[in-house]
Amino acid sequence: MSALLEARGLSKRFGGVVAADAVSFSLAPGEMLAMIGPNGAGKSTTFAMVGGQLAPDSGRVLLDGADVTGLSPAALFRRGIGRTFQVAQTFATMTVCENVQMALLSAAGEVFGLWRTARARHREAALEALARVGMAQAADRPTATLAYGDVKRVELAIALAARPRVLLMDEPTAGMAAQERAELMALVRTIARERAIGVLFTEHDMGAVFAHADRILVLVRGEIVAAGAPEAVREDARVRAAYLGETGARTAAQALDARETHDGGRP
Amino acid sequence: MDPAFLVIQGLNGLASASSLFLIASGLTLVFGVTRIVNFAHGSLTMLGAYAAALLAPLAMASLGKPLGFWTAIAVAAIAVGLLGVLIEIVLLRRIYRAPELFQLLATFALVLIIQDLVILTIGPQDVLGPRAPGLTGFVEIFGRRFPLYELFLIAVGPIVLGLLWLLLTRTRFGILVRAATQDREMVGALGVDQARLFTGTLFLGAFLAGLGGALQIPRAPANTEMDLALIAEAFVVTVIGGMGSVTGAFLAAILIGVLQAYGILIFPEITLVVVFLLMAIVLVVRPYGLLGKPEPIGAGPGAAFALTLRPWTGVENALAILGILALAAAPLLLDAYGVTVATEAVILALVAFSLHLIIGVGGLVSFGHAAWFGLGAYGAALAVKSLSIPMEAALALAPLVAGLGAALFGAFVVRLSGIYLAMLTLAVAQILYAVAFQWVEVTGGDNGIVGVWPADWASGRIVYFYLVLALAGAAILALRRIMYAPFGYALRAARDSALRAEAIGIAVRRTRWLAFALSGAAAGLAGGLWTFLKGAIDPTVLSIPVSVDALAMLLLGGAQTVIGPIVGAGLLHMMEDQTMPLTDYWRLVLGLVLLAIVLLAPRGVVGAIEALREARRDETRAAKGAPP
Repeated sequence: MSALLEARGLSKRFGGVVAADAVSFSLAPGEMLAMIGPNGAGKSTTFAMVGGQLAPDSGRVLLDGADVTGLSPAALFRRGIGRTFQVAQTFATMTVCENVQMALLSAAGEVFGLWRTARARHREAALEALARVGMAQAADRPTATLAYGDVKRVELAIALAARPRVLLMDEPTAGMAAQERAELMALVRTIARERAIGVLFTEHDMGAVFAHADRILVLVRGEIVAAGAPEAVREDARVRAAYLGETGARTAAQALDARETHDGGRP
Repeated sequence: MDPAFLVIQGLNGLASASSLFLIASGLTLVFGVTRIVNFAHGSLTMLGAYAAALLAPLAMASLGKPLGFWTAIAVAAIAVGLLGVLIEIVLLRRIYRAPELFQLLATFALVLIIQDLVILTIGPQDVLGPRAPGLTGFVEIFGRRFPLYELFLIAVGPIVLGLLWLLLTRTRFGILVRAATQDREMVGALGVDQARLFTGTLFLGAFLAGLGGALQIPRAPANTEMDLALIAEAFVVTVIGGMGSVTGAFLAAILIGVLQAYGILIFPEITLVVVFLLMAIVLVVRPYGLLGKPEPIGAGPGAAFALTLRPWTGVENALAILGILALAAAPLLLDAYGVTVATEAVILALVAFSLHLIIGVGGLVSFGHAAWFGLGAYGAALAVKSLSIPMEAALALAPLVAGLGAALFGAFVVRLSGIYLAMLTLAVAQILYAVAFQWVEVTGGDNGIVGVWPADWASGRIVYFYLVLALAGAAILALRRIMYAPFGYALRAARDSALRAEAIGIAVRRTRWLAFALSGAAAGLAGGLWTFLKGAIDPTVLSIPVSVDALAMLLLGGAQTVIGPIVGAGLLHMMEDQTMPLTDYWRLVLGLVLLAIVLLAPRGVVGAIEALREARRDETRAAKGAPP
């Protein structure tokens, strides 16, 4: 598989603390890549460097072979990188549909338009994006009135509306109920396959990770200590010792088993 | 230059720095714990000065000179401290969780109320206090005489800093104050009695303000204008030092005091500018001041003035058309005076509406909108007076000048957010005020520029009304159009969630910057129209009260709706017009109105009507048995 997104030797230190130490990985189209590790392992730092919130001290981020290191989140969006946040970020004073329209207006380069009314612009496309995540019926509701699980779905629709090639998801299931988590991750995986979107996500829920990731990166103290298919990562002694422990390994095993029976494994 | 003179000048600077520090330390302590920027802090200082100046002669007569004098100082400071407690219990407690803008407005309401109460009870004249017994002499420094009292003041600053340090590090109260400054939530979670902590902090802060004022009386008489002058300087000191940092306030006070002392030698015309310029530079280089820490998430811009957009209903469209028709017919219904009042109201509506773009839509709490109104006013007046260009061209120039000014300063302003943004906008307006005040050759200084009348064809009262209605109306409609256009949505998106906006490719700073410039241009047009209406302008068009009036109109009408600011401008101006002839105490009335908005109707008049309608709709639905 050719690399869609590639991180090469990303490093970042804060004072004396090395938050990320030469982190390298690549992401293929349609692939679900999970980044896991204990608190303080450098997941958020790495994520922020890839997402443009933080400039790396050294190393590069390549998108389709082009250097995008240090570009702002807004510039990365224009190059096809969408993202969701640990605490869902939506526009609370707008309707659900307007939230998605906003992303489409921006993608069309229309946000500095001062004259034409915005309300009907890209409404059809926005409704389609909402239908894809199962939120079309709520299109004209104020976003502030939605349940949190639905807000997460709307955020996903916003992130996907402009047809990104890469989707960055920081703790996508945080704050959701168990049933909602599984549904959301399954939905992301289906869409990723359909549209050949590379998805990089961090996650604390080992069930979600081992049920939905194609590959897993394990970060400990700023370094990648293991990377590979879920089965291999689960077996890795270092990963068990440093992060998963017995409970985590059990959750992972259960998730992997469920996956075999439900969807017949990975492509 | 004579080195001895330089030393004396430096000592003068240090003496001012001490006074400034006393005032600023209280402000910064109160902010650290309560997160409220107390606009009335300068008023507390003023009250301290009045109390000491009035008490000292009495006390000195009955207790003897030195004892009486110092007793009066102490009693004045303690009395002001107790007033601080009263303010905390009656007002601040209700607004700790309110958005910053409401906190600023509520405490500014106190400024207005205290000012008029002082005039009501003591009178408008200055009150001169006695000189400090035993400190009336001079010492000789390098052959020059230096007042002993100034030396005493120089010592007071470090002594108070030392005492505060002991209080903050060695007492339980002080440790709690420091803890609350770092993390208020956590202190609450640990079971500390917050009410007592906050009340205690207010006592300490107000006591320091009162002491700072009381110690001024041997130097200068107490007067009714010291409140705003002092609070502006104290803001600068606390912002430069870092909000919440006492040591930072001390450093900044010395910096400002010395800068002013020497600045007056080098640039006597622009000392005021230099001070605010320093603040602007510090904010841009170190957005949280010299020793400040990044602000933990505050109450934010607040939903109370977050505009929500929906298309207007038929009724609303009809009402809007009716309103425009009523305005168009106004000259037929009103007498000459009424027409002038209506003209003013239309201009002010544009001011409020232009502010709406950055506050209601953009969520940027600007406390210095007078800057752009005044820039337009001066731009038009100077164009006519110095360049001798006709009214038509001057009216085109006004929004251009103000828009460019707003674009220039806005580039710095949009780097900040929250309370620091409010402070920087205030500073920008004060810089321009200072320029207008001090650059006498160009601006005419205090007297302003007179004899700027409309062109002959527009000089009739009624014709000028229609000109204003056409231009201001067009500008308001254009701004409204922008709110409904993609740009308005993007601006709102950046307000609702800057993170999300960035993540979908919206350049948040650039969006805010353009909004700032557009809003400034619209306010500048209003300023130009104002100039030709009045025929004369002076620096008051750039003053804090103009900014506050604009905010009051915006919030009185209600910033959650598109039409609110216009209704608010009409209401407030009518109220002012009806009150002014009846009483000299308009500020008192305005203060009470502001308090009423903040405490009783945070959504404003139009917001309240909307709420009523929503409630009725829900009731009808419930009656029909439909799901809500």
